[in-house]
Amino acid sequence: MKVKHWRLGVPRALFYYYYAPWWETFLENLGAEVVVSPPTSKEILDLGVGLAVAEACLPVKVYYGHAAWLAPRVEALFVPRLVSVEQKSFICPKLMGLPDMLRAAIKDCPPVIDPTVDLARRPEEGLRAAIRATARALGAGNREALKAAALAGTRYREWLAWQREGRLIWGSNIPSDCHVEQGATVAGNPCDCLLGQGLGPIANTGAPLTIGIVGHSYLLYDRYLGMDIPGKVARLGGRVVLPENIDPTLGEAACRQLPKRLYWTLGRKIMGTALHLMEKEEIAGLIHLTAFGCGPDSLVGDLAERYAHRLGKPFLLLTLDEHTGEAGVATRLEAFMDMLIRRRSA
Amino acid sequence: MKVTFPHMGHLWLVLKTALEGIGLEVVVPPPCTRRTLELGVRQAPESACLPLKVNLGNYLEAKELGADTIVMAGGVGPCRIGYYSQVQREILRDLGSEYEMIVFEPPDVHFSEVWEKIKYLNRRPWQDGVHGVILAWLKACAVDALEQEVQRLRPREDHPGRADAIFRRAVQRLDAADSRRTINRTVKEIKAELAAIPRRKKVPLLRIGIVGEIYTVLEPLVNLDIERRLGALGVEVVRSLFLSRWINDNLFKGLLPLPGHHPEKTAPPYLNHFVGGHGWESVGDTVAFARQGCDGVIQLAPLTCMPEIVAHSVMPSVQQATGIPVMTLYLDEQTGEAGLQTRLEAFVDMLRRQKGIRAG
Ligand code: SF4
Repeated sequence: MKVKHWRLGVPRALFYYYYAPWWETFLENLGAEVVVSPPTSKEILDLGVGLAVAEACLPVKVYYGHAAWLAPRVEALFVPRLVSVEQKSFICPKLMGLPDMLRAAIKDCPPVIDPTVDLARRPEEGLRAAIRATARALGAGNREALKAAALAGTRYREWLAWQREGRLIWGSNIPSDCHVEQGATVAGNPCDCLLGQGLGPIANTGAPLTIGIVGHSYLLYDRYLGMDIPGKVARLGGRVVLPENIDPTLGEAACRQLPKRLYWTLGRKIMGTALHLMEKEEIAGLIHLTAFGCGPDSLVGDLAERYAHRLGKPFLLLTLDEHTGEAGVATRLEAFMDMLIRRRSA
Repeated sequence: MKVTFPHMGHLWLVLKTALEGIGLEVVVPPPCTRRTLELGVRQAPESACLPLKVNLGNYLEAKELGADTIVMAGGVGPCRIGYYSQVQREILRDLGSEYEMIVFEPPDVHFSEVWEKIKYLNRRPWQDGVHGVILAWLKACAVDALEQEVQRLRPREDHPGRADAIFRRAVQRLDAADSRRTINRTVKEIKAELAAIPRRKKVPLLRIGIVGEIYTVLEPLVNLDIERRLGALGVEVVRSLFLSRWINDNLFKGLLPLPGHHPEKTAPPYLNHFVGGHGWESVGDTVAFARQGCDGVIQLAPLTCMPEIVAHSVMPSVQQATGIPVMTLYLDEQTGEAGLQTRLEAFVDMLRRQKGIRAG
């Protein structure tokens, strides 16, 4: 079979922050050249805001921006239709329509490769179907696809382990003094420059306050969109714990205290981390970073806050929208940290 | 036990009949008003979707009337509705307004649970319960049939408002009806009354299809009575969302031969997958209305409603391919009458110009 070497665009937004190593390894092993859009910038955000309907949430607008940036530069866009990434769970409805939304919004949209990923009922079959559909779209065979998927799986698990140890920060999140080269290809490379999370060493004066920061990875690790909140907290002397630093089984276990199972994968991760952390003595406070217009967050965040209040754990809700200013966020973070320091010495 | 439930259009009529049928004492929440909305908005998370807020207002108002148990529908995603009950429970708890909540979730998840809940609620011999459910279903069909007549009449009647007045009386009579005979008789008599309303001389009409999220389509408080407004502007409103069809599609799994939605046939290639809520139907119904020769479509959605944002996002392709103008209206507690009226008038004028009819 003659395989075409696609120049394939992968937007650096939304689930890129959860699956990049998987996707990149897989697509490259199928012979594609993967082009990842650059880290979010004002240009990309503005592009997205201009194309999306005003009511869309900020992360989706940013995704539009990345896709639109890529559109003239690649032969096809890779935009999987994420319905569900695990059994009996869902991703937000907006992601189920994302490929169609982009086709309607982007003028001269290149072909969109949009395999449906639906693992809600039969996870293994669902994953195999998605793998096969992607391979077919790229003109590759089943055997190759399974091989590429196996490699991708290994790489992905390795990366998850690094994350848990706090040894890994994202391409777009690598501090400027980092020795690892920045750009598309570093996604998935280990990096030792830490924000102080997890088990990493902490470069701080005095005993730091440990702060749990929960939220979607595409807010926490996108330095522009998420305003580098973890970094800001670290610079204010906090030792940061992120959802990825926690053994997922602990979060799942904490979530079981809810009277009803949370059916959003990311919502459960956020809620689980929050519930787990809010019971820990050493956690001085929790920050929930959310984007304006995020449907699931509007409920999950409210519940998390209520539980935290009942336990007396300080909780700061930070909602980002396209008008949020750096200064305002900095002030709120400083006030929160001050309050925690006062609380500790009291 | 005094049971209450959330409002959604004429749902109360149906639920009241069914719940009384199984021997429960029912507290119908006071009709939705601005106060209901304000009560809910004050307590609910700010960016939660509107139905959650109004429901909460309903519960708080029903509490004042002594209700202590809520019966409501749930879900298992991907939409927020499935988690409403959990959030509402915690809010009510923090307010010290505790309720017992009985949430019905889709039976394919835990059928035995559904059964347990019904058994728990039921106070009467089974035959009575079944009788009540059948009555409730007949009432749903009756209200829907009459409402459709009213939709046709509004732009045609000589003195706007008569059809609505008759319809309001019909709803009261249906509420009191306790047998299939009374229901049938009511429908017949009301239809005759409606038919006798004097019409205007033949006027060119516009036809607008309403699509969107079920709550905003069916609840006049939140859509500011949009259908009546359109009727007064000389527009015949058509919609495919009716309570009876929704019950048929969702509870009876489409067993009865009522016209249902078939988004899988009409929505592609614009939207190729279900997206929760009514998003897929909104796109599919827009295509269907275009094919049926409607002049325009209005999409209604609560602000931040996820499936409707998806539908809204693909509407440009639908408009381009079918030529039907679509206006999307997001509704929330800030939506004002004046603003809405202006937008409706502008849309209607635009459609008139397109169709080449003079206003009037
Ligand atoms: S359909 Fe819309 S309004 Fe209804 S629960 Fe889902 S997001 Fe909220």
